[in-house]
Amino acid sequence: MSQTITIDPVTRLEGHGKITIQLNGQGEVEDAHFHVTQVRGFEKFSEGRPYYEMPSLMARICGICPVSHLIASAKACEAIMSVRIPHTAAQLRRMLNLAQMVQSHALSFFYLSSPDLLLGMESDPAARHIFGVVAAKPELGRAGIALRRFGQHIIELLGDKRIHPGWVVPGGVTEPLAPAKRDEILAMLPEAYAGIALALTAYKQIAASFKPEIEVFGNFPSNYMGLINEDESVEFTDGALRMIDPKGNILEDGITATRFTEVIGEAVEPYSYTKFAYYKPLGYPEGSYRVGPLARLNIVKSMGTPQADTELAEFKQLAQGLVQSSFHYHHARLIEVLYGIEKIEQILTDPLILDKQVRATAGVNRLEGAGQAEAPRGTLNHHYKVDENGLITWANLVIATGQNNNAMNKGVLQAAKHYIKDGKFTEGILNRVEAVIRTFDPCLSCSTHAFGKMPLALTLLSEDGKLVDQVIR
Amino acid sequence: MTVDVDVKTLVIDEQEVSARAGQTILEVAQENDIKIPTLCHLDGLGDVGACRLCLVEIKGSNKLLPACVATVQEGMEVSTNTERLQKHRRSILEMLFAERNHICSVCVSNGHCELQTLGQEQGLTHVRLPYRNPELTVDASHERFTVDHNRCILCTRCVRVCSEVEGAHIWDVMGRGIDSIIITDLHQEWGSSACTRCGKCVQVCPTGALFDKSKVGSDHPKYPDFLLQLNLMREAQ
Repeated sequence: MSQTITIDPVTRLEGHGKITIQLNGQGEVEDAHFHVTQVRGFEKFSEGRPYYEMPSLMARICGICPVSHLIASAKACEAIMSVRIPHTAAQLRRMLNLAQMVQSHALSFFYLSSPDLLLGMESDPAARHIFGVVAAKPELGRAGIALRRFGQHIIELLGDKRIHPGWVVPGGVTEPLAPAKRDEILAMLPEAYAGIALALTAYKQIAASFKPEIEVFGNFPSNYMGLINEDESVEFTDGALRMIDPKGNILEDGITATRFTEVIGEAVEPYSYTKFAYYKPLGYPEGSYRVGPLARLNIVKSMGTPQADTELAEFKQLAQGLVQSSFHYHHARLIEVLYGIEKIEQILTDPLILDKQVRATAGVNRLEGAGQAEAPRGTLNHHYKVDENGLITWANLVIATGQNNNAMNKGVLQAAKHYIKDGKFTEGILNRVEAVIRTFDPCLSCSTHAFGKMPLALTLLSEDGKLVDQVIR
Repeated sequence: MTVDVDVKTLVIDEQEVSARAGQTILEVAQENDIKIPTLCHLDGLGDVGACRLCLVEIKGSNKLLPACVATVQEGMEVSTNTERLQKHRRSILEMLFAERNHICSVCVSNGHCELQTLGQEQGLTHVRLPYRNPELTVDASHERFTVDHNRCILCTRCVRVCSEVEGAHIWDVMGRGIDSIIITDLHQEWGSSACTRCGKCVQVCPTGALFDKSKVGSDHPKYPDFLLQLNLMREAQ
């Protein structure tokens, strides 16, 4: 008899989701899906609002990565205003985005995933959480908490609030950086460096013991996409997108925010409120790709900071060609944290960082605009249309989690097929299936923003697979 | 030479105070550092007694009076902060919040809003009434300012400042009761109205209903005190 295993809710994630695994009569895994079960509706209720309100409105999508939404949204507004923001404002925003990346990665690695990694996939679920980590590995637990605080505190210093800072506005930022705040951030750097060094060493020591998981945790060739600078180093706030194929060949370079919709399409599956992004020239699902730390490290030639570059060289040795196992997202995340700290230090030494010119002003000079940035978990694109008075008439957001959706589903199926035999499974096995999702660090609350008219397509196929009828809503 | 002043004596919150005839209870209370919450009242503008937040109790009368327009009487005993008044004030605030769409977190006036501050001061923790969630528009046609009717509480400060101080009277109220809405000219867009672009209405608006364009979350403190200075200067002329 066929059977369905449901893991609901999937724990230690940001947002609400569930996994279903279908078994056939022989107890073999037939199919597996990761469902995102919440609806938000930001694209719909932003209609009619003034465009300059969008950054603060859109930041409310997420309490973990509000800064990425702020930045992508502000950039979309700046496209509408047709302004280029002052250099100092761009640098300050870059620092804010990096601070958020550091705190979010610290949350993902230490709070959400390290219980699996440090205590073991089979360990007692009652103690498999951050407090368990602090009890078993106090130094590492403390380092994780300190790294999160480091990022959060920078956000608070720059934007007055840890969550949803109102500092990023269309045209730049509202206030320049005060020298005292710069010095306070500089003083926090040594502890952050020590924390990430400890984490990287500890991770590398234990990674070898997870060889079986590395083999089956979303380990498959795929395309990758992320922001990149002209010198092919990693970028989180500016630059343009690069898409590469599973062998590392460049499929497309220089994808600006405006060109995003030309290149990226979104498909809908009936089992999830999150859309499935794909690279249009390859179609769906062949054009599916991965974004986030693993993708960013796969597409770049360098990190652009000395210590992170050393780590990147080591990371690239993990596999021949591209690093394909999603398990390595964890490793990539830690390298990015190191990069973030180094880059923040570099930005603070910019001679213009205390400059007072931090905001450009303008009205509506274009009726459409798009902006993109790298959120901790991958590329984020905001695209708006406005009327002549600057009121939003249409908005579309493409979120990192939607871009990783196909890979997450594939990863869940791969792990389920490997671990579940003869219909038998244990809690530890199901935890491994959940842990596949955790490697991607998805943000489900971010990803389910569409509401109202879902672009639903019904396709009727004949037995031999020919298209009989299609209804598109 | 003696100046003939008609002095009234009365009691406010068990404090004996003296006042000139014709003064409002609110004026006398303010002179004596007795705080009565207000919302539609603004120093420098004529009063309309619209919001009812300044209601006070008068001994011997069952009727509550708005302190901003009720004048002092000899021997009056006024209570400004009884349990009954606190309950009424909270109810009024609840109705104001439920009537339109007040989303503090993304409002330009977050942190500088008089409605928000009053809610906090009056201990408003919940709105017990169902929210009406009306569909209201935003008029962004003006070159410098925007009006968001979602956040308007119909205090009519904008109407009064435009009429009494600026002398342009482009703002007015259209409709009745819950359907009332502030309009510019004869319900034309603000941008095509006879607005003088002085911005006084924006500065006196107690919420985020009227705001400077391009200002976003907590980026928009307002300075209604300019009215007193302006009136002083005019009187001196």
